[in-house]
Order: sequence, then structure tokens, then C-alpha cells
Amino acid sequence: MEGQRHRLSTAAMADFVADGFLRFDALIPEPLNQAALEEMKALAPGKLRRTLHGLGGRAGRLERDIEPQESPESLTPLAACYPAPSALGAVLRFPAVAGIIESLVGANPAFDHDFIHHIPAGAPRGQHLHVDAVLEPAGQAFDIQLFYFPTAVASGGGGTRFVPGSHLRRARAEGIARYQHVLGEQHYSGPAGTLLVFHQGLWHAGQPNPSAEDRWMYKLRLNPREPQQRLWNTADLAALHNDPRDHSFAHPGGDTVAQRLRRMAPWQRGHEGRYEQMQRAALWRYLTGDSTFDVDFYLTRQRVREGALGEAQR
Amino acid sequence: MRQQLLYLWLAESALDAEAVAWALYDGAQGKGLALPKAKDPATPPYASGLAALEDGWCLLQAPQPGAPVGPEGASLGELQFQFIFERRLEITP
Repeated sequence: MEGQRHRLSTAAMADFVADGFLRFDALIPEPLNQAALEEMKALAPGKLRRTLHGLGGRAGRLERDIEPQESPESLTPLAACYPAPSALGAVLRFPAVAGIIESLVGANPAFDHDFIHHIPAGAPRGQHLHVDAVLEPAGQAFDIQLFYFPTAVASGGGGTRFVPGSHLRRARAEGIARYQHVLGEQHYSGPAGTLLVFHQGLWHAGQPNPSAEDRWMYKLRLNPREPQQRLWNTADLAALHNDPRDHSFAHPGGDTVAQRLRRMAPWQRGHEGRYEQMQRAALWRYLTGDSTFDVDFYLTRQRVREGALGEAQR
Repeated sequence: MRQQLLYLWLAESALDAEAVAWALYDGAQGKGLALPKAKDPATPPYASGLAALEDGWCLLQAPQPGAPVGPEGASLGELQFQFIFERRLEITP
């Protein structure tokens, strides 16, 4: 499959586990960005009407009458969404995008929903910080959300606000609305064709747009339909993956996955960061299938103790 | 009388720990004392809760002790160490 040549590296996957997002500047070439923008403008009114209708509890004939053939239904395999000659489909099947998707949620994930976010020039109000997940899965499996910006977004131009490293916290959707500012948060700005890929749990918010340029963004949520294990380009996995002895208070490794998972966001200060490390280690165990993986021995220590309990009970 | 509120989320439960998140609300709608802000908007208005006290804010609420951490590790949710401060202002109509 074409996307396989463009799959993520182990280092990039570890960065995703640590930060909860990946960023690819100007990934989509300019002619395609323009075509995608035109398609987004055409689709936006119908998607908005459908969503408002659904949220109003009046789903029915009107909902189905609006461009049903152009908007995928939930659970549609991604490969069947936006068939040619759709420009959005071309973006989603662009080899680098396909490789990113395949690395994180497999080659044929399920379409969950998408939306076209248009913040007109001069829009004064932004969203409160929130998380889209609403209901966290019981295990480590995760959805991804693509944020595609077909046009350049200047600093202060309504780019999405997000909090790196927040994705493994289990928060109510708007329980986090009270955080007006978080140390180290980012406000997206960047060139046309940039793609952000978020873990479902990443805290984020749309922003006001005091600039003179409209801001357009296409957001797509995808659900994995296969175990998310070693789906990326694992050529560098053996070199970076560490065993549980990679321990800051004993013998830390050098350029290892553990070292990447120790990197904390500015708001993750002090000993609280150790709990974050444990969450990240558990997610890396899921992604690699290595149930002995650890960062700084926290999970391993527990297993060693359980062995002692088992001995005592014999 | 009007109330100004300052929320600080600190890195630890100690009031002199570093601020990692913040929010401000002005019940005086700009008619009272100016709200504090750092030169850099990405920097908290006070480096710690203690610094807010030293600038005249009164502590309204401090976080309760957290639940003990079980064998599965801490359940991470919203920011743990929330301190709320207030200033009360007399506003001339």
C-alpha cells in the first residue's frame, strides 16, 4: 500500500505518546490546498445545517435531504469516504497523510465524523478549552483527530489553541473550560497545507479571529478497527525501544523511547510528572505489545512486589 | 462592592509552588484596580500563590488533600492544585 512508504518513525510515535499531537507543516501541496478549500466552502453550509438539526433533536427528512452523497456516514471505512474527484478525498489519500493515519489507527479506520470549522475575519469570541473525547475508552486504544489547514494562518489569526501533553488526563468535556491560560499551551499558526494530528484526549479550543483573513480548518475523527500495534515504520524500533532497566535513578539510557517519554510540558512540573510517565509507559506497552516496557521503573517495581506477594501466598 | 477573582493552578499543593495555569475575572468591569498581567501573555501574572498574597489578594479556597494513589497509579484528570483568590472593591456608582 502506498501509505506504507510514508509511515511514521518510532521516534515520531514516541513524540505522539509524549505530546499527544504531531505537526506537519505545509504537508499538502498548494494546488490541492486550493481545491480542498473550495470544496470545504461548498460543503460547510450543509454540514452546519445537519449538525444544528441533529443537535436540535429533529433528525429526519431535512437531515437526509442535505447533500447526503457528499458527507460520509459514521462507521464508513475511510477508504470509501470522499471518492474521486473529491479534493478532500485526495488530501486524505495523499501518501504522506495516508502513512500518518496508517501508523496511528491502521490502514482502514472507521470514519467517526468530520466538520468544517470556519472562523470569519474579525470573529470576537473563542471557545473555552475542552476535550472532544467525552467518554474515555477502558483500555489504551485511541482515536485520532486530523486538523487540516488549507490556508496559511498567521499568529493571532484564530489558530486552534491546544495544550501539549494533556491527552492522557481524563477530564469532563468542559470541566477544563476554567483554564484561561496553561503554561506551554500553543496557539496554532502556520503555512498553508499544514496538518495537526491529535490524540482524542488533547485539550483544545477554537480561538477568536481578530485578523483580516477568514480561518478555515477541516477536522476529521477516525476510530481504529485493529490493534494499534507496530503499525508504523518500525525500522528504528529496536534501536530506540528500551527495556525496564532504563531508570533515571539507576542507569538511564541515552537516545531511547523512555528518554522521549520523560519530556514534560511546561505545565507538568515536579513529581506530578511521574504519574504522566506511567500513563505514557502504559500507552507505549499497548503500541508495541511489550508488557515489560517501562520509564523509570514505576510499573516494573509494582510487578516485582506482586511477585513477592505471590511467593508469600504459596 | 465588586469582586475580582484570580484562579491559580500550582505545580504542588504548597502555596509557594509555581503557577502552571491561571484565570482572571473582573466583577468591576475595569472600574477598579487593574488586573495583574505579566509582560509576556504566556507567563502567569504571579509566579506562585504566595506572590499573589504578597500583592494583596486574599485566599478564598485551597485544594483539599488528594485521594491516595493506588497500585494502578494516579488517575489523572483536571489540574490538581487549584487556589482561588479574591479582591473586594468598593465601586462608586
